[in-house]
Amino acid sequence: MRISTGYGPRPAGGGFETFSWYFFRVSGIAIIFLVVIHLLLTHVTTDVSCTSYQFVAMRYANPLWRLYDWLLLALALTHGMNGLRIVIDDYVRGRGLRLFLQSTVGTLVLVFFMWGTITLITFQPVADLGAKCVGK
Amino acid sequence: MYRGQSGMWSWLLHRISGLGILLFLLVHIVDISLLGFGPKVYNEGIALFGLAPVRVISLALIAAVFYHGFNGIRIILIDFWPKAVRYQGAMFAAVMVLTILCFVPMGYFVIAPVFNLPTVGLGK
Repeated sequence: MRISTGYGPRPAGGGFETFSWYFFRVSGIAIIFLVVIHLLLTHVTTDVSCTSYQFVAMRYANPLWRLYDWLLLALALTHGMNGLRIVIDDYVRGRGLRLFLQSTVGTLVLVFFMWGTITLITFQPVADLGAKCVGK
Repeated sequence: MYRGQSGMWSWLLHRISGLGILLFLLVHIVDISLLGFGPKVYNEGIALFGLAPVRVISLALIAAVFYHGFNGIRIILIDFWPKAVRYQGAMFAAVMVLTILCFVPMGYFVIAPVFNLPTVGLGK
């Protein structure tokens, strides 16, 4: 008989679902800080139409900004895709369709994670940085 | 339709906002990868984000991010602070208030250029 700890229910089995439960909450806290600063930098301190190639080149001259963006990428993508996995779990019952959709989720995580990582690692500004602001 | 109360709606909004943010993220990873094609191509992509209809969609994204984050904090409090579940309704109200409080100023910055409103000299 389990004595109530007073805490809410949680998956205590110790497998992937337990990890996933904690991962959502831990990554979520980190993402809040990362994303709010990201939004401030790209919409408030600089208007979005001025987040041009030049803007990125100047930021990415400092590799710590690349690290920052990569952390946001890694955490948000895994946090979100894990959420998508759970949504699929909730609504899709057929075995074949589940297999197909969850495989797609897994594939998408790998593809987009690599895509973003490659962008961040390989970016090297060209000589002519282009306009400071574009459009409106 | 199940007649749930604030708990059900908070869960549903959390799910919808999460999926919306995820969808944006996938598009964002692609548009940023345009950096590899040089300033001309990349800047053309960025110009899209400055368009009025896209700015409106950005507003939805920003609201979603704030709601999802604040409600996430509420969920964490309920999970790790035994007394919190008693205040879940009040916390949900706080989540809505905080979401609006944070969304309005940031939303102003996003939509102001469309109407040529001043943005305190920041950025542009």
